[in-house]
Amino acid sequence: MKTHNLVLRINGEDRQVTVRSADTLLYTLRGRLGLTGSKPGCLNGDCGACTVNVDGWPMKSCLMLAVEAQGKEITTVEGLHDAPIQKAFVEHFAFQCGYCTPGFIMNCHSLVNNHPGADDKKIKEWLESNICRCTGYAEIEAAVKEVLGKKS
Amino acid sequence: MRTVGKSVIRKEAWDKVSGTARYTHDFQFTELLYAKMVTSPFGHAKIISIDTSEAKKMPGVRGVLTGEGLPLIGEAIKDRPPLAFGKVRYHGEPVVIVVADTPALAKKAADKVKIQYEQLPVVNSPAQAFQKGAPLVHEQLGKYKKDEDSYPVPGTNIATHLKIRKGDLTNFWKDVEFTVEGRYSFNPSDHVAMETRCSIAEITREGRILITTSSQAPFMAKRLISQYFNEPEGNIEVHTPLVGGAYGGKASVQLEVLAYLSSKAVGGRPVKLWNSREEDMITSPCHIGLDAKIKFGADRNGKIRAAEILFLWDGGAYSDKAIDLTRAGATDCTGPYGIENVWCDSFCMYTNHPYPAPFRGFSHSELSFAIERTMNLLAEKLKMDPLELRRINAIRPGDLTPTQVKLNKSNVGDLPACITKLKELIKWEEGEVVPVNDRIVKVKGISCSWKTSTIDTNAPSGAILTFNRDGTINLMSGVIEIGTGTKTVLAQILAERLKMDVNHIYVRMEVDTQTTPEHWKTVASRGTFMGGKAVLEAADDVIRQLKDIAACVLRAPIEDLEVADSRVFLRDDPEQGVHFKEICYGYTYPNGNAIGGQIIGRGNYILRGLTHLDPENGKGKPGPEWTVTAHGVEVEFDRKDLTYKLLRAVSVIDIGKVLNEKAAKGQVMGAMSMGLAFAGRETFVMDELGRILNPQLRTYRPLRYGEQPEYMVDFIETPQLDAPYGARGVGEHGLLGMPAALANALSKAIGVPIYHLPLTPELLWRTREGLLR
Ligand code: FES
Ligand code: FES
Repeated sequence: MKTHNLVLRINGEDRQVTVRSADTLLYTLRGRLGLTGSKPGCLNGDCGACTVNVDGWPMKSCLMLAVEAQGKEITTVEGLHDAPIQKAFVEHFAFQCGYCTPGFIMNCHSLVNNHPGADDKKIKEWLESNICRCTGYAEIEAAVKEVLGKKS
Repeated sequence: MRTVGKSVIRKEAWDKVSGTARYTHDFQFTELLYAKMVTSPFGHAKIISIDTSEAKKMPGVRGVLTGEGLPLIGEAIKDRPPLAFGKVRYHGEPVVIVVADTPALAKKAADKVKIQYEQLPVVNSPAQAFQKGAPLVHEQLGKYKKDEDSYPVPGTNIATHLKIRKGDLTNFWKDVEFTVEGRYSFNPSDHVAMETRCSIAEITREGRILITTSSQAPFMAKRLISQYFNEPEGNIEVHTPLVGGAYGGKASVQLEVLAYLSSKAVGGRPVKLWNSREEDMITSPCHIGLDAKIKFGADRNGKIRAAEILFLWDGGAYSDKAIDLTRAGATDCTGPYGIENVWCDSFCMYTNHPYPAPFRGFSHSELSFAIERTMNLLAEKLKMDPLELRRINAIRPGDLTPTQVKLNKSNVGDLPACITKLKELIKWEEGEVVPVNDRIVKVKGISCSWKTSTIDTNAPSGAILTFNRDGTINLMSGVIEIGTGTKTVLAQILAERLKMDVNHIYVRMEVDTQTTPEHWKTVASRGTFMGGKAVLEAADDVIRQLKDIAACVLRAPIEDLEVADSRVFLRDDPEQGVHFKEICYGYTYPNGNAIGGQIIGRGNYILRGLTHLDPENGKGKPGPEWTVTAHGVEVEFDRKDLTYKLLRAVSVIDIGKVLNEKAAKGQVMGAMSMGLAFAGRETFVMDELGRILNPQLRTYRPLRYGEQPEYMVDFIETPQLDAPYGARGVGEHGLLGMPAALANALSKAIGVPIYHLPLTPELLWRTREGLLR
């Protein structure tokens, strides 16, 4: 079995880790580095629960190999500290079970940073890649719009 | 009121937005082993041989289990081998489990297991299962152990039969002038909780069975494992941390058993069994399907006089919770209408489909689809406004339910008030169909529903309160935090009773069956009611103990004392008092003498006055109260390509009392979204071999962001007098009428009655062209 010793830049820290060639970034974050905030929901790119930010852009970490993540700046939900989107999620009740929440938050976080003037169409384009089964999305919409409103 | 009714922020909110909230699969440690299932590729087949030799030889493989020698299990009827033995009865059924050092190794070894099958004729629908001469799913049905409330018919595919016989059975149709009839059906589908199910099991040297599981029913898991494997209950400890969505699907006990057996197979070492999405959808229990036939008879004024109802529930390969689902369907079979003569046969049918778990609404959204479509057929026949027809027939205090419970002002909500509110919110006076241009029309559909719970008649709930030395309180309840926010609501109920700041109450989120008092199962929208009653009793217990000590300290009789703001004080002179922190661990006098002692509050609740249903006529009291609802959906429909967009969805629910407004609205909107997805697009696509072709989130598509309608949620407050602050169950009810309301709108839109789900453009086209009946 081929393994690789990597140094990954995660949440502002350099982390050493040994992985198999086939290990996904999601598996590595959770199983090797104990960062269990990113969630597996399908391992197939369909649900967005595993979303992290790679160089500031949302990435489904089940679709990226750990070896591909070398040299990139990775942010997981554990790397956010009182980000405006977290506060907005809390205040708007934008989660129930909370399982989709890290993925949604990382996606929204990247959206508000990269497109502070995002309109409805842009928001939909970004957020339709994640599934929330608990809320009806109305609260998530309110949370993301509040943060966007404060930015623009 | 100080706290009740306010949108108090959830106690676990910051954990959930920071990634520190832990779910079962997040627990990992180095000695953990990983289990992987090998599942059936067919709907129905004989197992000719199983060859595990190659898998066993692989390095890192610690154990391989098959179904041989395992006892039959199941909740109502013991009809299920934990791993298939002799034959497989559904696509996805677990047959072999491989345990290995890593998930990757376990998967690799599982792929090496060779199983030879010989296919058998497949029972592919409940209606087919019901036919004479249909292939049998269980040849040995007569030999299974079962509980008293199940009525299987050996030699058939009938797992149970519930009967409702109410009113004048000899002159059943006597006052009827108009009749309508419809046959309805839809396939099983799935809950699709974002957290797939996961269980971790370990057996210590002392024989203690430690299980961590994503479940709505850890106490039931403990009881069942004890019962199935003859283990003393005290030896079994089930832990449930936060659960990532459940919707009924995690009320069944399945992976817990498999994880336990896996651990046993490797000498008790800890083993994790985690479902892939595909396994979670088809191997673990699904959302029930239904074939139904409804006939209503009404007089010329629109009063429904008689209803004849046939439900053939898709019980799948194993009966498990389907027996109770079948009973629940019978219990509320008419929908929320006062009908004198009712004849209902509710059958649980074995088929070669995945077997069902409870699904949010517990048979009620399903039966509502059939009933509410029939209501619209009747309205058309009578040329009557469908909302008016519902108002005329709305069940009211004084009426008898199908199981002959006499309703009163407390045990049923106010349906006419819900209908009035709905009418206003959906702008009914605009008309049902409003053309936008020659291609696009806006169409509205409405429905009503109701629900009581049908859980065990003696289901308990308990609460324990302990103090921290600063006078703050810890609240322990067996209710699972599955996303509903119930534990925060319980803290609100406690804060209200003690007149204290809710921020001074700490809630234990994790449940473990050894130290948390039991809450039967976190199901049936009963967490707030039962857990709340237990918390209120525990609060009173604490108040009594606090006052006892304070009476000594303050040298005043107990009746002169008051409790508020974390203090006990004299009613007539509030400045004379003691803070909780001075007495919650006993009071110590300046010389060192101490009195009182640690205060521990206890409270419990057991449902009262519920009965089993009479097997001949269904008479009996299934639940404490009925929540009633009225729903509406408005869509923008394209007459050319039969696509549509959800514009608005309305739910008006008689909730009794709103305890946490944002949490309650969130529950209702979430349920509506789930109901609209079930109605519009969710189904298992099956082939003739009973194989499910779409067990993936790209082919099975829940609602996604941007597809949701504008939600309009409103509440009526008719208090349930014996409930905490009058609140009724509400977790499921937003879902109940959504399939029916959408189907009613789209039937109007295409001008042809709809009898099936899900309402895809293709189904609409087939219906309109007469290719479906
Ligand atoms: S787990 Fe990565 S998209 Fe679902
Ligand atoms: S909060 Fe449960 S899936 Fe989104």
